[in-house]
Amino acid sequence: MSQGRVPAALLALAGLGLLFFLLPLAGLIVRAPWDQAIGAIESPETGTALGLSLFCSLAATAVALVLGIPLAFVLSKTTGHLRSVMRALTTLPMVLPPVVGGVALLLAFGRKGLVGSILYQAFGIQIPFTPAAAVMAETFVAMPFLVIAVEGGLRSLDPRYEEAARALGARGWMVFARVTLPLLRPAIFSGAVLCWARALGEFGATITFAGNFPGRTQTVPVAVYVALETRPESAIVLSLILLAVSLAVLVGMRDRWLGAL
Amino acid sequence: MTRKLVLAFAILFLAGCGGQTGAASATSAPPQTGISVFAASSLKPAFDKIGARLQVTKNVVTIFNYSGSQTLTAQIEQGAPADVFASADTAHMTTVESAGLLSGSSKIFAHNKLEIAVAKGNPKGIHTLADLSRAGLVVVLADPSVPAGKYAQQALNMAHVTVHPASLELQVTGVLSKVSLGEADAGIVYVSDILTSGQVDGVPIPDDQNVIADYPIAVLKSTSNGPGAQAFIDLVLSSDGQTILRAAGFQGV
Repeated sequence: MSQGRVPAALLALAGLGLLFFLLPLAGLIVRAPWDQAIGAIESPETGTALGLSLFCSLAATAVALVLGIPLAFVLSKTTGHLRSVMRALTTLPMVLPPVVGGVALLLAFGRKGLVGSILYQAFGIQIPFTPAAAVMAETFVAMPFLVIAVEGGLRSLDPRYEEAARALGARGWMVFARVTLPLLRPAIFSGAVLCWARALGEFGATITFAGNFPGRTQTVPVAVYVALETRPESAIVLSLILLAVSLAVLVGMRDRWLGAL
Repeated sequence: MTRKLVLAFAILFLAGCGGQTGAASATSAPPQTGISVFAASSLKPAFDKIGARLQVTKNVVTIFNYSGSQTLTAQIEQGAPADVFASADTAHMTTVESAGLLSGSSKIFAHNKLEIAVAKGNPKGIHTLADLSRAGLVVVLADPSVPAGKYAQQALNMAHVTVHPASLELQVTGVLSKVSLGEADAGIVYVSDILTSGQVDGVPIPDDQNVIADYPIAVLKSTSNGPGAQAFIDLVLSSDGQTILRAAGFQGV
């Protein structure tokens, strides 16, 4: 980038913007009790939370892949009003405050919820306060990232590949599995990584729908919140771990995911 | 005219922010002044009314930040601009005081007791703390870092009862909402929570197993409106304030 072409005012504002992101990071790094970091990482609470977070976020990503790719596929084939409605529905969790999402999940899948009451009465299944609830909360909030990335990939796909496959006699499912999916690999990959990173950081919907219990529903973000007052050094170390993971993911992805959006 | 409108919107906006972020700062412009009060979640029903009263009598607009006392303590320690701190236990007030963040000393302004919150009509037939250890019962408590959670643990210890909670909520209102939504069969909350919620029934805990929660209040050193902050505390301690607190289920002082 040549500096000469960017007006000074823009450069100054951009610098401020960057600083706004950088300073909180710097705060965490400067204030981190590095001497206690190893101890905090090795403490059983931290390990449990990390393990649970890893499991839940990966499970959420898996669910998002199974449901999200078909959803993106259908979305890309839909036009008109129906498409606007479906798109709004799939992106809703991105703008909904996660806590509201959590309450909505309770009202749908709780013991007294629309679907949850049937599950409870017929099979005795209770979803809230279980790891499954944490996975569902994370899926709810993170799946839109995958859907949008994959749909973007589908829209930029050259339709001639699919047409050619059909002309050669391939049926719908065959075209999807053998032609469309392989071509979508970059979009799916970037969407999945984004979705996973979002799921890993999920807090509001999880605490509301799944509650907080170490080893069962206490994921890293919830553990950070709990530890903030009683064990601030653990909170900062846990935050730094989340931060490092997210940063590694985003730097590793660089422009790829932006391209997909 | 326009200035007043702008001010009114600014106050509305700050009031909207106050609940979550805790970063709400006091607005002050004559003739109205503003204060921000960091208060334990259990105080919301009573303090909302006291805040409204203060606006009428002293023209002081109060912005509340309700949260678990442990969260408020952390926010105050990190320099959140607040004028008044009202905690649900003396431990967190002491933490703030020993950090040198109080202006003057704290005063106990109310007491509260614990009660078991159950669904309306008590369908699970819960009558004692011991009933909470029954298998298959979904019990939710506040996290031990939250005063209500600490008190609940003390009460359970006194009753020699071990429960296996489904969740340790981060504020007492979280416990209440899980019970009122029907997701939990029972939770341990304050008497005042049950009285003001109206959506759950309360099962009393006998005094020999119960804990008396002391609520201290103090002006913070960071206050930008000392007279407003003191006016709020005076109102809380006045007979008017005490009546409001009693009506909300607290015990007066």
